[in-house]
Order: sequence, then C-alpha cells, then structure tokens
Amino acid sequence: MAKEKSLYLKRNDGRKFDEVRPITAKVGIVPSADGSASFETGGTKAIAVVRGPRTLHPQHKQDPRTGILRVSYGMMPFSVTDRIRPGPNRRSEEISKVSEWALNSVVDLSEFPNTVVDVFIQIPQADAGTRVAGINAAAIALAHAGIPMKEMVSAIGVGKIDKTLVVDLDKYEDSDFHDGEGSTDIPVVITSRTKKIALLQLDGKISVPELKEAIELAKKTCEEILKVQMKALKEANRSEGKKK
Amino acid sequence: MSETLIPNLQKEKIIEYLSEGKRLDGRRVEDYRDIEVEMGISKNAESSVRVKIGKTEVLAGVKLGIAVPYPDSPDEGTLMTSAELHPLSSQEFEIGKPGIDSIEIARVIDRGIRESGLIDVKKLCIKEGEKVWQVFLDIFTINDDGNLLDVAGLAGLIAIGNAKIPIYNEKEGKIDYETPAKDHLPINEDVASFNMTFHKIGNSIVADVSKEEEAISDYRLSIAMGDNKGEPRITAMQKGKSGAISAEDMENILKLAEDKWKELFPKIKKYAFGK
Amino acid sequence: MLKDYRFSRKETMSKDTRQMVIPGEVIIKGNEYLPGEGAYRDGEEVVAGRYGIANIVEKHVRVIPVSGAYYPRRGNTIIGTIADITFNGWLIDFGGAQNAFLPVAEVPRYINRNELREFLDFGEAVVVKVWDVKSRGIDASMKMRGFGKIEGGMIINVNPYKVPRIIGKEGSMVKMIKDATGCDITVGQNGKVWISGKSIDKEVATKEIVEFIVDNSTIAGLTEEVEKFIKKKGLSFNKVEIIEENTDEDKE
Repeated sequence: MAKEKSLYLKRNDGRKFDEVRPITAKVGIVPSADGSASFETGGTKAIAVVRGPRTLHPQHKQDPRTGILRVSYGMMPFSVTDRIRPGPNRRSEEISKVSEWALNSVVDLSEFPNTVVDVFIQIPQADAGTRVAGINAAAIALAHAGIPMKEMVSAIGVGKIDKTLVVDLDKYEDSDFHDGEGSTDIPVVITSRTKKIALLQLDGKISVPELKEAIELAKKTCEEILKVQMKALKEANRSEGKKK
Repeated sequence: MSETLIPNLQKEKIIEYLSEGKRLDGRRVEDYRDIEVEMGISKNAESSVRVKIGKTEVLAGVKLGIAVPYPDSPDEGTLMTSAELHPLSSQEFEIGKPGIDSIEIARVIDRGIRESGLIDVKKLCIKEGEKVWQVFLDIFTINDDGNLLDVAGLAGLIAIGNAKIPIYNEKEGKIDYETPAKDHLPINEDVASFNMTFHKIGNSIVADVSKEEEAISDYRLSIAMGDNKGEPRITAMQKGKSGAISAEDMENILKLAEDKWKELFPKIKKYAFGK
Repeated sequence: MLKDYRFSRKETMSKDTRQMVIPGEVIIKGNEYLPGEGAYRDGEEVVAGRYGIANIVEKHVRVIPVSGAYYPRRGNTIIGTIADITFNGWLIDFGGAQNAFLPVAEVPRYINRNELREFLDFGEAVVVKVWDVKSRGIDASMKMRGFGKIEGGMIINVNPYKVPRIIGKEGSMVKMIKDATGCDITVGQNGKVWISGKSIDKEVATKEIVEFIVDNSTIAGLTEEVEKFIKKKGLSFNKVEIIEENTDEDKE
C-alpha cells in the first residue's frame, strides 16, 4: 500500500493493514426501548438506543411534513483513562451532529409528521473509532426500531500512519504515533446499497491519490461491517417478549 | 405523555392482589428479582460493573484523579458521585440537564459511601495540602424497569469495592496507566452498606418494586444497612414521595429491612469485596 | 426461515418463503412485482425500505415489521387510558407516539358536554377503534359493538408485534386460553391485553399463558407447547381444533 518507504511497516497490534479488529454486534440490548444495539470493535464498545417516533415537544419545533431525527452521542465518564465530565461537551455535540447527518441520509420519517425519533449513542469503553462504532450501532438500532430506511449505513475509520494506509485505527495509531507524516484519521460512512459517502471527516495530512485510495479502502471494509450488521439483525432473537 | 399512566383498574388490581400477599409477576411482597453482576465494562476505568436486578440495568465506573485537597481537610482524598438517569434508559427521562431524580440518586449514594466512612480518605493523601486522590463514582442507567435506586446503589458499592489505585508517577506529576495497578482503594469493609427501598402500595409494604408498582406507590423509604458485628446497622435513609409513614408501617418496614438484609447482605459483600 | 429466495420467485406463496430483510436489501428482481408497504422499486429490483419479514403475495411485495414502536393504523383496535378531558372529547394514552382523541360524538350515546367526566373519567380504561390517522393526530371511536369503557380485570403489556400469535389463526389461540381459564381476553393491537375473570388467580394464570406465548412465539409447534403449559398449571380445556397459527401477516 505504501508508495515510498513508510516508517510504519508493521501494525502495533500485529494486524494486517486492511484488517479490522474483531467485531461483535448485538440487537435488543435495552428491553424498554423501541430499538437498540451494541457494536464492538476491539477495545471500543458502543451502544445505541432508539426511542420513537414520539410527539416532539415543544410544539413549535414540530414539522407537519415529517418526523425529525435527533442524535445524541456521548462517552461515559469512565470510558477513557482521563475521566470525562458527564453531559454534553463541544466534541460530543459535533459528533452528534455529523452522526445525525450521516444517519439522516438514509432515514425517511415522512410517515410520521410532528414526531421525533431519538437516537442515543453511548460509549462505555473507548479505544479510538468511537464515532464510527456508534454510527454502526445506531444504524442497527434504527432498523431494529422499524424506522423506514432506504438502505443501511456502515462506518469505518481509515487512516494513514506515516505513509501507510490502514483501516480501523486503534488508540496507538490514532493518538500516539507521531513519526514521519504522523497519523491521519478519516472516519467514513458508506451507504449500503448506493455506496455513497454519508460522512467524511479528516484530520492530518494526505495527498489526493492517497485520499482516493483511502476511500476505496473504506468502501471495501464497510462491506465487511455491513455483513456483521446484517447478521445481527437477521439473527435477532425475535422473541423479545414483554415490553417494559 | 411522558409519565407512566396506570389505569385505575390496574391500580385496584395490584392493591387487591397485594392484600393477599401476592404480586402480578408471581413474587411475594418481600422478594427481590434476580441479581446479575458483570465486572469489567471499561478497561479504562479503575473498576466498572454492570448490575441488573430483573430487567433494571445500571452501569457504574470508578475513575481516580489527582486534586488539591479541601482546605479544611488537607490530608484527605475526595469523593464525587454523579448519576445520569439517561433518556436512553426510559421514555420518562428527559433530555438535558440532570433532573431532580438524577440528583437525588447521586446524593443518596454519595451519602451512603461518604458518611459511613467506607473509603479511608486519609490513605488517599499523596502530599498533605497539595495533592490527594479524587475518587469519581459515575453511575449510568441503561434500562429502567423499576427500583433504579437500589440497583444504582448496589452498582456504586460494587464499583467502589473493586476499584484499584493507578500508579502515580511523582516525577512526571501524572498517572501512569501503562503499569498495571495493584493496590485496592483503601476500604473499610466493616461499614459497607446495602441500600434497600420499600414502597407503600395500598396497605402493603413492597420490596424491589416493578415499574408499574413504583408508579402507584404512596411513598418509599430507602434504608442503607451495614454490618455491626453480625447485627444490622443503618447508615443512611431517605423517604421519598408525598405519602407519610405511620408508626405501624415504620415497624413493619424496619422488620422487613432486617430480614432482607440478613438474606442479601452476605451475597452483596461477596460481589463488592470478593468474600 | 431465513432462506434466500431472491432467485426462486415461483414458490413465493408458501409459508416457508418468509425471509428476514434489512433496509436496502433486494427482495426480488423483476418489473412485474409491485412494491407495497416497506418496499420500494429501484430499477429492476424491489428493495426493502425497512427491517422485517419480506412477504410476497401474487405480485405484491411488502415488508412486515417485526419490532419497533407501535404506530396506529386505521381500523386497529387499541386499549388505552383516559389521560385528559377536553371540551369536546377525551384524550387516550395508548402507549404510542401521541394520544388518541375520542370525540364526544364518537361514543354510543348522547353525552352533554358538561357531563364528559361522568361518562369517562381520568384514569379509566377503554377499548376503542382507530378511526383516522392524520398528521395532526389520531381519532378514535367507540360507537361500534365490542368497544367501550372497560371495568375490572387487568391490563398487561406485550410486544405489539406478537399480537397475531396471541390471537392465533381465526382466534384459535385466544379461544383455547379462554376455555382453560374462563377469563375474557381482549387484545389491543397496541400490545395491551385486557384480561377479566372471576378471580385474580385465574386472571394471573391467563396473564402467564399470554406471556408464555409471547416469549416462545418463534418456536416450532407453539400450540402444543401452550397446551402443555396450560396443563402444567392444572387447568383443562376442551380440545378444539387449533389451526396452526399463521404469523404476522394476518395482523390486519
């Protein structure tokens, strides 16, 4: 993958450059919710809970043409080594918004005017890539909640460590590698059917050809992610029973 | 819309059945649902736990940080407890600032730990007047199916009981998370207590309420009980909701609390301190 | 059950061709198919527009949801509680996205506008029909037979998507439970079930049978298992012919 000699020739945890960490996904983890799922990649754990459609208050925020999707992302205080104060902060507010845009590109709430569908994403344990894990969980939870969606979305963090393209950066690659060109982190969300880019952020230094290559790598990897999401949904224990 | 609306006929039915000593889910008035405990929710925490009682589920985690001690206690570490009754766990919890329910739970749990002297705060002093360990206990609700207070209290106790102190690198003045922690938080196990909440519904006193029972109760009384040489000792109490307690009910609740404590406390100590 | 029948479109009518699909997944190819609820056309393909069971009847393709919040549809029977009283009707909380409105003109007898509370008071339970679902709200009616205020008994909450299993084909499952416990059972499509009998113990037994059905709704031979469960509870019933309950598609 590397064109010139890169300083990052072997991954810190022994993975291949295009290899994701072990993934697990589970549906229906919060019995009182309308939809819920967990998604774990290596040391990163995300849960997503969907509530709604339900009436949006205050009334002046309602839209008579469609329901509204509202996403809130947060990290639990004990999810990282340096404790995070509970409640929203600037980082979580921004991630909530970009996640909302990504999910909204496939969700269709026109059947439910004046309502809101809330998506709560929480990170109990973080090891880089929390927003993409959160979006993967949220897409499963939205589907589980029976929300009309044109297609699914799958998310992955791709990146460039010095000159080497890698997928699914861990904390070392994301924040502790500073040699050469350093670390470039690119969270990407790909729609499952039309293969469009529903979220793209970048932080680092990268050439145009390398970026194109990185996006192709993201698309390829999202196929793998989609398989896991699909499997979780298809195998979801359908006897969820009593609604509490 | 956001409150659990229980129809009158349901209220009457619950009360009528309780008067026969029975509950709609098959339990007796004094029964707790099954307790499940899973450790290690976050590898980045000093300890973390998932506690489920029935379908009510709470996560709790402990983090340690370095802080300047309070001027009136220059050689004592500090404790800070927060609870989020997160809207993901119930349709009744609102988005935004922590409501009074979150604050009440955090304060009740904080008092139970602080006032009992569970943590030996003197041993959390790094340099008198300058640096002490600050203990953060954070509680996060996942699913509310009634009796969050007891589930959160238990999760908090287990998280504190299992927490380890990370290595502090004095030269660099920061915590070294690379070296595995060895020492447990200095705990005075003898004063550990378990919070039990009883609700008055109709003429009955009910333990570990379901969501439906919780919604129709007149009042609740929470009692944190610890061990004093084999005898129960109360370390914290909190009465909630607008009903008032008669002398007879008070007797009954205390009796029930003692019985439940004898049954559950050994198990709970095992979860919290591994013995 | 999860058999992929994308390319074998001849056998789409039989029961075993029900297939779980996720949003964006191709259900079937061919211009002759008509996408219905929960499905859409994209070129040659008919694609799932939500998660659920793909169902093809004749050339009509739809996706039947299996989970999520209950959203009322016209003609549904729902059970709810009076949450508020306005000058011209009642607001009913049925556990949905919003309250349903029962206008004073939609009750079986003439009610004077200042006597609304005497007819239906706060906290009283009703079984009503969903009359209309509009962007501004849900209208209910209790003018027809079998609808009205409910008194006594208990109400339990179950997953609304399991309601067809509780009812059984042509009501056979409900009939078996009624037979065994002597309790009346009214199943709301919003997942609320009203159970009313001679004693609470009988009502609780009925509740447990209903919950057993919901918890075991996906197992093979559910009817037999329910029979066993009923016998285990020391109850008996006249053996009626149970038509093996079909699932989600006979909801409406």
